Amino acid sequence: MSTTIMPDRRPILSHPSLWIGLGATLMFALLALVSLVWTPYPIAEIDIARRFLAPSAEHWLGTDNLGRDMASLIMAGTLTSFLVAALAVAIGAGIGVPLGLAAAAWGGPLEWLVLRLTDFIFAFPAIIVAILITSLFGPGATNAIIAIGIFNIPVFARVARGGALSIKTLDFVAAARLAGLSNAGIAYRHLLPNIMSLIIVQGTIQLSLGILAEAGLSYVGLGTQPPATSLGLMLRDAQGIFLIHPWLTLVPGVCIVLIVIALNLAGDGLRDAIDPRLKAVGAPNVAA
Amino acid sequence: MSLLEVVGLSVRFGATEAVRDVSFSLERGERFGIIGESGSGKTLTALAITGLLPEGASTSGSIRIDGVPLPGSEREMAQLRGKRIGMVFQEPMTALNPLMRISDQIEEAIVLGRSGGFAQLEVPYLLKEVGLELRHGDRFAHQLSGGQRQRAMIAMALASQPDILIADEPTSALDLITQRRVLDLIAEICARRQMALLFISHDLKAVGALCHRVAVMHRGKLVETGKASQVFAQPQQDYTRKLVTASRFEAPSLQRPPIGGPLLEVDQVSRDYHHASIWPWGDKPLRAVDGVSFSVATAECVALVGPSGCGKTTLAKIIVGLDSATSGQVRLAGARYRGADLPRERRRDVSLVFQDPFGSFNPRLTLEHSIGEPLRLEPGLSPQAHVDRLVESIEAVGLDADMLKRYPHEFSGGQRQRLAIARALVTRPRLLVLDEPVSALDMSVRGEVLALLAQLQAEFGLTYLIISHDLDMVSAVADRVMVMEAGRIVETGRPDEIFANPQHRLTQELMAARLPEVG
Repeated sequence: MSTTIMPDRRPILSHPSLWIGLGATLMFALLALVSLVWTPYPIAEIDIARRFLAPSAEHWLGTDNLGRDMASLIMAGTLTSFLVAALAVAIGAGIGVPLGLAAAAWGGPLEWLVLRLTDFIFAFPAIIVAILITSLFGPGATNAIIAIGIFNIPVFARVARGGALSIKTLDFVAAARLAGLSNAGIAYRHLLPNIMSLIIVQGTIQLSLGILAEAGLSYVGLGTQPPATSLGLMLRDAQGIFLIHPWLTLVPGVCIVLIVIALNLAGDGLRDAIDPRLKAVGAPNVAA
Repeated sequence: MSLLEVVGLSVRFGATEAVRDVSFSLERGERFGIIGESGSGKTLTALAITGLLPEGASTSGSIRIDGVPLPGSEREMAQLRGKRIGMVFQEPMTALNPLMRISDQIEEAIVLGRSGGFAQLEVPYLLKEVGLELRHGDRFAHQLSGGQRQRAMIAMALASQPDILIADEPTSALDLITQRRVLDLIAEICARRQMALLFISHDLKAVGALCHRVAVMHRGKLVETGKASQVFAQPQQDYTRKLVTASRFEAPSLQRPPIGGPLLEVDQVSRDYHHASIWPWGDKPLRAVDGVSFSVATAECVALVGPSGCGKTTLAKIIVGLDSATSGQVRLAGARYRGADLPRERRRDVSLVFQDPFGSFNPRLTLEHSIGEPLRLEPGLSPQAHVDRLVESIEAVGLDADMLKRYPHEFSGGQRQRLAIARALVTRPRLLVLDEPVSALDMSVRGEVLALLAQLQAEFGLTYLIISHDLDMVSAVADRVMVMEAGRIVETGRPDEIFANPQHRLTQELMAARLPEVG
């Protein structure tokens, strides 16, 4: 066997996009979490007298058409957006990953069924599912979570199946089968830990897509309902007065853009940080 | 003046020095071999000569061709590569463009190698020179066999009429018979074209058969250089001596338990593969194993040899219960089964050792968990007995019980193969099926693993079924050899008899393809 040339393994620290992305994401998440216990002003407090204020020491980002404090709204809105997207990722991964693993571990008719099911779900964009659910149960953040979650299922199922299929051909899976492990045992013990990094990277990407989807659903009125707020809902509230008060639209819009960029950077960085290690595992990296 | 002169070449990656102070020279028409194990830096040396080192590598020392140092600019280097140096890689499937026809790729190499001329006219001659037919030129890489692909690669390397041909493990992906043919072809072409050859390999016999002069590389350094016959006959360095000894498999002489009654009986086993097709008629099924019958006695060591794709691995999978026979049956110590229906309480009687020691352990589990996994076949083992078994099996393969807490990537290939054997032994099986147990290992480790197997057999009275294409290894360890071709066993006998007087055409070909012993 000849020498395999290994790319120099850089420690995770040396992936700048990962650090910028993760840092910015954590900052937004922290801001959102703080809103649970403290916001500069209560977000439901309407005071028409102080509406359309410019940013000042009292109101850092100004106030909106109902006199609510924009900084407080952004904090609470970010929380809603994160929460909806994260729960949707949890639903998608929680159902999709087992489905994908089962498809890879059992194969045959089960795999066919899972693949057709994911094709079927793929055919409906989140917005259609959301409209369906809303027309049945009424609009709200919970229904947005379910709609985006359903949309996430096939994505995770495919990633899990693809990763598991490539692991399944390795000898240690055959060894486990010889050791009397069932398909479920192999999926849990051998396939899942080895595709975990793929799932984490996909989760980050789905999180950013989920935030966009939540904003979209709230914008068309199918997501979060007042008095709760979300970044999408703030956009919707401000759109009618965009020409007079563009600031009110720009603030939540820029927030959405920044969060999505941060999450994508973190996802890309994670993939870069994890990929070379995945390649190095199993390569002859030690001279015999 | 030498054609190629390398003086004090070092290649570093950051702080690690992969090649250290390597100097050698290559004369016109000379065939020079570099021998080394994986990680010894032999491929990096070749890449440094062609200026194809990966990013992040820095070199020092000088490389001169006809007294002229290698040009610094990538553009001039590419021209030099095209005109003076031809290169043949290890894995021809990935080195050929899958979307271009073979003749187009050869033509491209001719055009890049010089200016003007009618490239198309030369393609047929080149194809003929490497022993391919015209129709092969119209095919794509995936439509050729491994040997044919490697011939196409050689034709491309020859296209620019280079002075130096660099061949990096050109035959290690090929089976025995094809390997011999490709080596003969390289030797013949070098002689005809008066071309210098830099041949890089871990296989002493291949180097010995092909090269006039050899260099032995170890941990980035050249430890010994000299005439091939001299280096192999009277190695000066310990490392070279170790390699030469390891290349001759010597049968370890140990007190063996007596061979007993039949343990495994394979009766008319066939395995058909059906192509996935929407039409129930359509393709004929592919018969990988075709009515094979044989038996293995207790404490016997039986080898199954044959070219790649002859069905030997499929047969092994049926015996250990990973795959099921389409017809026929297997009997293991009285239990009848067809493959995957091997009764659970019998599974611990048979174990499989895999070929690739790097893929046979889950990188995320400690060895304790990996090696202990088969113990779930023995319910009712107390936790203490469980630990005792692990310690017993890891010590049986000559490793420490402390290693159980560690992860597989911390071990070298040879150690991992020992660990794989430990896992196979943990249920105290009666039959051990070994699928190419040493072919993925470096030369110097192979001997150790084989000695270990012999010792374990003497100690525990194990029965072995060894699957291999390596005749030298087989003749050293096996009591009986079965030669397999296209799913059938075509010849059976004691190794000394069968190799001294081969009856079947395939056995004769295998014997003819065997490379001469070194030294």
